[in-house]
Parts: sequence; structure tokens; C-alpha cells
Amino acid sequence: MSLVRDLRSRALSGGGALLTVLALVLALLISAVLIVFSDPDVLEALPYFFAYPPDTFAAMWESVSSAYWALFTGSIVDPGAQSVRGFFAPLSETLVNATPLIAAGLAFGLPFRTGLFYIGGEGAIVLGAICAGYVGFAWDLPIVIHLLVAVAAGLLGGAVWGGIPGLLKARTGAHEVITTIMLNYVALYLIAYLLTTSAFQRPGRSDPISPVIDASAQMPALVPGLRVHVGLVFVLIAAGVVSWLLTRSTLGFRLRAVGSNPDAARNAGMGVGRSYVEVMLIAGALAGLAGAVEALGTQRTLTGGISAGLGFDAITVALLGRSRPLGTVLAGLLFGALRAGGIDMQAETGTPVDIILVVQSLVVLFIAAPPLVKSVFRVRAVEADGLAPATKGSSL
Amino acid sequence: MSTTTSGLASAAPDHDITPTVRERGWKNAIIFAVLGLIAPLAFGLGSPAGATSTFEVTLPDAVLFIEPIGVPSQTAALALGLLCLALAGFAVFRELRGFRTPRTVAAVFGVAWVLSFLCWAVADKSISMVGLLQGSLLLAVPLVFGALSGVLSERAGVINIAIEGQLLAGAFLSAVVASVSDNVYLGLLAAPVAGLLIGLLLAVFTIRYVVDQIIVGVVLVVFVVGLTSFLYGRLLAPQADVFNTPETFSSIAIPLLSDIPLLGAVLFEQSIIVYLMYGAVALVHVAIFHTRWGLRVRSVGEHPQAADTVGINVYRTRFRQVALGGAMAGLGGAFFTLGQVGAFGEQMTSGKGFIALAAMIFGRHRPLGALGAALLFGFADNLQSYLSIIGTPIPSQFMLMVPYLVTVFAVAGLVGRHRPPAAIGRPYIKS
Repeated sequence: MSLVRDLRSRALSGGGALLTVLALVLALLISAVLIVFSDPDVLEALPYFFAYPPDTFAAMWESVSSAYWALFTGSIVDPGAQSVRGFFAPLSETLVNATPLIAAGLAFGLPFRTGLFYIGGEGAIVLGAICAGYVGFAWDLPIVIHLLVAVAAGLLGGAVWGGIPGLLKARTGAHEVITTIMLNYVALYLIAYLLTTSAFQRPGRSDPISPVIDASAQMPALVPGLRVHVGLVFVLIAAGVVSWLLTRSTLGFRLRAVGSNPDAARNAGMGVGRSYVEVMLIAGALAGLAGAVEALGTQRTLTGGISAGLGFDAITVALLGRSRPLGTVLAGLLFGALRAGGIDMQAETGTPVDIILVVQSLVVLFIAAPPLVKSVFRVRAVEADGLAPATKGSSL
Repeated sequence: MSTTTSGLASAAPDHDITPTVRERGWKNAIIFAVLGLIAPLAFGLGSPAGATSTFEVTLPDAVLFIEPIGVPSQTAALALGLLCLALAGFAVFRELRGFRTPRTVAAVFGVAWVLSFLCWAVADKSISMVGLLQGSLLLAVPLVFGALSGVLSERAGVINIAIEGQLLAGAFLSAVVASVSDNVYLGLLAAPVAGLLIGLLLAVFTIRYVVDQIIVGVVLVVFVVGLTSFLYGRLLAPQADVFNTPETFSSIAIPLLSDIPLLGAVLFEQSIIVYLMYGAVALVHVAIFHTRWGLRVRSVGEHPQAADTVGINVYRTRFRQVALGGAMAGLGGAFFTLGQVGAFGEQMTSGKGFIALAAMIFGRHRPLGALGAALLFGFADNLQSYLSIIGTPIPSQFMLMVPYLVTVFAVAGLVGRHRPPAAIGRPYIKS
């Protein structure tokens, strides 16, 4: 129910959606300029631009159109495919990429509503993957139960990693931005170490990689033959739970109250420190879910690069989604599509996939500064929704 | 811009949950007691009897060569450990009575503790103190520049999380400019420009458009990582001979000073970037604490409204400080490419910007404190690689975690009593 309300209120406000579209257009335009002026063919044609301009323009058009066409066919549908399944395979890739982004985006968004900057998604993703993966390949359990236990282990591992900075914040006042970033690196070294031990390393291999997850713990595909898997369902359920938590539960009310004004919340008898610990536990579990779906569903093994910058990516997802569950789901789908298309773009046109990070960060910067977008497009009053400045400030 | 209606949280103020004085005393007392007991018991008694720990204090070709110093491991570790225990006892006694531990006592304690650890770790082996300290200094250089960047902007009340991005941008542009122009000094000039541009973006979004400072910082890091990795894959990797083969600075030995045993080789036989770092630390220290300019910057960071009332332009001051900070971190970025590696690599700063941020906080927003913290982190980082080479029972990944864990402990325990600039993180909106 709350998801529906959330949807309606967003549809009614309108300005936010327009702003997002304009921000995306602007970000894609700037990225197009980058793609064009770093293309070797264009750089080759530039010196004789004044002698024969059409060459340069043709090279530019070729450069940007092929890149963005690959971006589209890699993320939405592939018109050149031979089968129906192949036609929809890009959509499946989009969902596969969106799944961990949404979970990790929720992990940033929820503490953000409580006034905390949880930059530690990366670490909790790694811990979630370690725990879920270990249960997945080392334990022997019946089908279904094995998967559920593995996911639960992932949630638990993430929750522990998220809870530590929460506890430190509540007890000592240690700023969560610093502690979570540091714990990210600790987690990365932890998985690097574990993958050299006999308990984790795949027998017969000398490189740091774990055994393949047991079939009984792998997330089954939603559509046979496509990569999109049950992890998406888990993540959508998590989004629903977070939405319920924030809008319908006493805990969520307390968390939002602490986020709006900790002093007032304390005077009203709410435990501020307790709220910090609780919200970080939940956030860690959500990031752990992202790690679990990566380990059990997408990669089906553990490697040192299992998180691959997801934690930071997810921050842009949550910010674009205004830290609301539904917004995070939509933003996750958008950035998942960019990522899926970006991988295709790199394969087909040699445009490095990292341009996606540029698009993502620019989109978030633009939606954060509506007056900027307004002045670029000369549109009237775009509502400044979300990303409001900190009224009280945080002391780093 | 009400946060309650938008449903988006603002940052929580920290001052409410800093521990009380009594708690703090207990916490420090426990830390001292535990560390003080570890030194004599673990290092002293844990060293094999009859073993010798050898410390090389000069390079083999030094002008004033000093024979390597060999000490009996167990006796030395035990003696240093007992010194630690005595100092810890003094500190615990003072902390429990509500006094702070004098910084000199804490410093002597730290040095004795580390030496005791070294005696234990290099029992029956030899370690080059010059190499150990030299490597520590080199690892600390980008941290110092990054931390100074943080000091410059945070003293004016703007949080600079984008240090990582500024370092990376400086490393990238300096490598490209130095390769294309074939002039390493032009590369060094380009580095602060790159950092300055990222600093300007941070300033525009936080000051002009009042977007939350932490958000802009984090997003700018993602932006710079994406941009530099994209250009690396597109231009630098395929055409490395054109874009990514900068020369590196060779080290310059300062006459006489570099002949001092141990410290001479460590401090005064370095590349120009390291000498720039010494200058930058001194300059920022004097500027922040001993000039009218610095007083104004600090007043903007502490109480912008009061500063505005007496005629200081808060916006302009903050804008300038954030931009300057960006340039400082950018200059530090040049160290990665022109000072060490001689080529740009994707995400080559690998989180150093975040450790620099921690060093600044650990150093209490002071340039000299930040220098000390950065050297400490550099030492921990380098000690780890040294010990993994000479072989210790601890897996190298755990040693690699040490700087990060030290930071967590530092932020949680040791800097609890530090008060950051009062207006930090808050946008100033003129009423």
C-alpha cells in the first residue's frame, strides 16, 4: 500500500520527474562530448577540420551514435536478435545489474533518512557475500532451505559489519563516514585473506577464487535461459519492507524523527544512540543482501572483486531515488540499464564502461542543484525536492 | 527547503553524543593499560632468548657510515616494554584522577612501544631503519597534501570528502601534461590545476547551490574515478607512448643535511615534491594560526554570522578555501605519477584520500597534527610491507588492515575530545 501512496505522491509532484529527465539528458549530452572528443577517429579528423568539415562531423556522429545505440541495445531490447529470448536478453541484463544496486541503494537511503551517511555499503556487501557464499558452497542442506539459510547468513554478515560503525557512533561519537570507509578496506582485505585459506579457496586452484556455489543454494533464473534471477524478488521484497518500515512502523517513525531533529527526538524520549545502532544494523543487512544476490545469483562464486565499487555506485542510486524505497527501485533500474548497456558499449564500440560513472555522478549533481538545470534549460521553477542541505551540519 | 517535508534527512550533530569527561578518562586509561601490558609480556617475554635484533641505521654507502646496531632481542624488548608499562602506569594514574596525559609522555610511550615491537619482530633478523623510515615518509606524502587540503577547507567550515578525487585528478593531469609536453615541471604545475577544478566544483555546488557537502564530495569522487578511468581506457592505455610516459623526479640530496646519520637520508634526499610538502606544511601552519588571513578563515569556520557582521565575506572566503584545498590535494596527486610510479593507473590513489581525511581529523584540524598523523599512518603502512618481506607469522592482509583499523580506533577513541570547527558542514545562508 505504501508503495502505491509513494508512487502517487511522486506522480502528483511532477516537478521531480521533469528535473530527473532534464538532468539525465544533460548528463548524457556532456558524456557525448567526452566520447566524441576522446575518439581516436575524431581526433584524426580534427586537424583538417577547416579543410573538410564533413569528415569531422561524420566521425563525431559515428562515434556518439554507435556508442549510444550500443547502450540502448545492451540494456532494453536487441532488435537484431535471432530469437525472442535474445530480443529480451538485454532487459534481463538490466535487471541483473539493477538487483544489487537497488539493495545497496536502500542500504544508503535508510540511514540517510535517519541523518547518517552510510558510506560503508561496500564493506557490508563483501561481508554479506562472504557469509552467504560460505554457506552456499560449504554447507549441505536441502534445496530451498539451503538458499534461504545462505541469504539469511548474508543478511547477518552485513548487519554485523553495519552495526559496528553504528555502535561506535552511538557510544563514542566516531563519525560514521570515516569509520565506514575504513571498514570497507578492512572487509576487502578480509576477503582477500579468506580466499587464500583452505576453507575458502577452490581445490586445485592457486588464484583467489572460492568453489562454485552448490546448485541447491544458487538463485534460480526467473525466465529459463536468461540471467535474471530470484535475487530480484528478494530485493523487491526488501524495498517493500523498508517502505513499510519507514511509513507504517513505530521504529520507522523514530528513525525519521531522529533524522529530522535529533535534539527534539531526544527530548521526546526517543533513544538517539539506539536508533543509530538499529538503522545501521538494518542498512548493513540490506547491503549484505546485495552481496548475497551477487554471490548466489549473479557470479555464483566468491572473488576478491565481488563488490566491484557497488557500494559507491549505490550511493548515486539512492540519491537519485531521493532515499525513498520506490525511488531507489526506479533509480536502480535506470542505473542498472546504464551499466548493462555500458558493458555492451565497451564490447562493441570500445567506449570504456567507466563513462557510466560520469553519467551517474552528473545526474546526481544536477538533481541536487535544480537552479543549475533550470538555468540551462530555461524552464520555470523546478521543484527543489530532495537533497536538501543539512540544516544542522555534521561535524567531521 | 524544509527537511521534514522533503523527507530527506539532514546530518545529525555529533556534539550531543560525545562522551563525558569521566568516561573519556576511563577509556584512555584502559587503552594505556592494555598496550602497556602487551609490550613487556608479549614482546619482551615472547622474544626468543639469546636472539639478536639488528638495526641498520645508515645506508651502506653513507658518508658517515655507522655499523649496524645489534641488540639482544629479549633484553631490549623487555626493557622497552617495562618503560612502556611505567609510562602507562603514570598515564592511567593521571587519567583516573581526571588529568590528561601530557603529549610528550604519550609520544615517548608510542616510540618505546614500537621499538619494543620491532625488537620482537626482527629477532635474529636485520632491518634497515633508513629504508623503513624513508618508505614511511614517501607513503605519507600524499596523505599530508590531502590532509592539508582538508585543513584549508574545513577550517572555513566546508567538509572536503572529495580529497580522493582531487588526488586522482592531480595524478591524472600531471601524468598527461608531463608526457605530452615532455616536461616534468609542466606536469607538476598541471596537478594543482586539476585539483583546483574539482575544488571549484565542490565550492560551486556546496556554496552557490547549497547542496549537502558530504553528498557533493562523495559524488565528485565517483565522477573523477569515472572520468579518469574512461580517459585512461580511451586514450592513455592505447596510446601510452604519447599520453602516459611521464618522466619522474629524481631525488635531490641537500648538501651537509643529507649526511646526517639516519634522518639525513630519510628527510633530505628526496624529490622536489617532498620538499614542497615541507614548505606547504609550514606555510599552511603559519597562515592559519599566525596571520590575519588565517584568523578570518577560522572565524568563518567557527561562527560565519559573526564573521559576516564584522565585514568578512563568508561566501568568498569559503569559495577560496575550498578551491585552495583542491589545488593542494591536486599537487599531492602529482606524487603518485611524477614522484613514484612514472605512469597513471586506474584508481591509483586507492583510498589514500580517505585516509588523508582521517589523518586530518586525527591531527585535530591542524597542519602539524595532520603531518604527524600522516607520518604515523605511513609508518604503519610501510612497517606492514617490511615485516611481510622479512616474514612474520601474521598474514600480510591483516598487516594491511592495520592503518585502517588504527584510523577507526583513532576516530573512536583518541580524538573524542577534539572539537572540530563549529560551523563545519553547515551552509551559510545570509539572512
